[in-house]
Amino acid sequence: MTRNPASSRAVDVVVIGAGHSGLAMSAALAARSVDHVVLERGVVANAWHTERWDSLRLLTPNWMTHLPGQPYAGNDPDGFMSAAEVAGFIEGYAARNGAPVHTGTTVLRVAPAAGGYRVHTDGGDWWCRAVVLASGAHGLPAVPRITAEVPAAIHQLTPNNYHNPADLDDGGVLVVGASATGVQLADEIQRSGRQVTLAVGEHVRMPRTYRGRDIQWWMQVAGLLDQRIEDVDDPERARRVPSPQLVGTAERRTLDLNALMDAGVEVVGRFAGIRDGSALFSGSLRNVCAMADLKLNRLLDAIDTWEHASPDRLRVPPAERFAPTRIGSAPRLRLPLRGAVKTIVWATGFRPDYSWLDVPVLDARGRLRHNGGVAEAPGLYVLGMPYLRRRKSSFIHGATDDVAELSQHLFDHLDQGATGRSYRLPTRSLREQRTYGLEAAVINA
Amino acid sequence: MNSEINMQSGTADNGVNVQALLGAREALTGAREAARFTWRASSQWVRGTHTRASVEGFHGLGEDQSHRQAFVFDIDHPEVFAAEDKGATPVEYILVGLAGCLSAGIAAVAQNRNIQLRSVSATVEGGMDLAGILGIDADVRNGFDGVRVHFEIDADASEADIAALVAQSQKRSAVFDIMTNPTDVTVTTSKR
Repeated sequence: MTRNPASSRAVDVVVIGAGHSGLAMSAALAARSVDHVVLERGVVANAWHTERWDSLRLLTPNWMTHLPGQPYAGNDPDGFMSAAEVAGFIEGYAARNGAPVHTGTTVLRVAPAAGGYRVHTDGGDWWCRAVVLASGAHGLPAVPRITAEVPAAIHQLTPNNYHNPADLDDGGVLVVGASATGVQLADEIQRSGRQVTLAVGEHVRMPRTYRGRDIQWWMQVAGLLDQRIEDVDDPERARRVPSPQLVGTAERRTLDLNALMDAGVEVVGRFAGIRDGSALFSGSLRNVCAMADLKLNRLLDAIDTWEHASPDRLRVPPAERFAPTRIGSAPRLRLPLRGAVKTIVWATGFRPDYSWLDVPVLDARGRLRHNGGVAEAPGLYVLGMPYLRRRKSSFIHGATDDVAELSQHLFDHLDQGATGRSYRLPTRSLREQRTYGLEAAVINA
Repeated sequence: MNSEINMQSGTADNGVNVQALLGAREALTGAREAARFTWRASSQWVRGTHTRASVEGFHGLGEDQSHRQAFVFDIDHPEVFAAEDKGATPVEYILVGLAGCLSAGIAAVAQNRNIQLRSVSATVEGGMDLAGILGIDADVRNGFDGVRVHFEIDADASEADIAALVAQSQKRSAVFDIMTNPTDVTVTTSKR
């Protein structure tokens, strides 16, 4: 790697990551003529090019996929973009904005420096007054420590190195985790002729369509996607809620646990560990399914209530409810790994990679402390995280509102200099109503 | 932190001090060491299958604590086991623990959600094939082959809200977790 001789350059803002969030922030900065660069370890939309399985499509329909100044312009508004199409959408956005992206530039360290930050990269250093972390929520797979106990003969994969079922040995597959990723991989691997066992903890059940419309359409029009983090019961928990069990397909099929069981997948409880060569599964499967069914019905109740109250009553089919999740009489509690299982796919979620962030803003568990994207260090911002400011924050179109608000905070920071200011955003009063999908924790020993 | 706090002004009274529980949650979030409790029991074998156990002290909030009094439990087996039936069987104590834990959880969650409970009755059953503990069939486990709990609840709430109470109490239950997930158990011995 050649080092840039001008190895320390100054700029007002460094944006780290040329995905949709970083590029949306770049567009906002450019609109105010703020001098900035976007540093990207790979190419624009890198993760969409390199870390997505082949069949992946967005969970949201195309009409929802837009960025500031760039609506969806294709001819299939109700379709779902493939990873390559998302990459193309983001590349088009970068090109059209002339975003100052430095590709092939890996950030090695970000540390406080006089009046701002020094950003060390493999292409030289930058000094800046503000840093926007837009490197995504999915940098590293969050895999349980137990992986070390898996017998060596079993192949272990995570969603960012799995491509398609042809990657896998013939034989059984244990998929751990039942978010969107886990159910999609379980489904396609089962269809490839390999017996799948799916380990299921707490999950979010959703139908693809409800009353004739896409569930995401209902979530949007009923205001659920705009719900703000200040208004939820338990923000910590809201940010940890797994992605809903959805898949984007032309036939708009629902991919819940009942559908997976119909396809032959064996559904078991949460992966609890390995003992004597067997995987052990929790006996809590019935309860996590009961909770998911209750929350689904609460969501549908909220949608029905909204529809009933909307001034221009929609011409939609009547309310419906879905069959409860069927759990057999005795779900499996242990699965001998030798022989029966050739591959384990850990679909247990992701966490951001902040290994290069040398600013004291991480908590004891390595999570970035922030208030709606404003980190607890002057001039440091984060974008694109689950429920950063709103339920839609992790969606592509969620960048629009988040960037509008956070860029304003950033401009104020640049205007005012870095002294004596509050990094707290105003919080809203708590709502009394219970919020869909969120349960307050109560101690119960 | 939690909108359910706002419902403290509600009218339900299930005798649970939810404010204290929520306060404890907040306090212990910032003092994780104080949150580490150790529960203790001690026992003396009496004769045959009869053992007498007691609980009194435990550790938590950074120091040794104790119950207001020692509680004593006789543990035995019924006459069909050719025993003298001086107390409940050990596995029945497990069922008792589950019923107590889930019911306490239901009361706390209901209080938090301003749901007035009038009655909460549980029946708890654990199935067991004695071929396990008697060594008749190595494929049969010693413990329960399944546990069934049924709650009958009279409360000012819809059927779905009552189901949600029971679901949430399972989610937060220590005994439910102990029964549904593996636990590392260490047993040591010393000769007196």
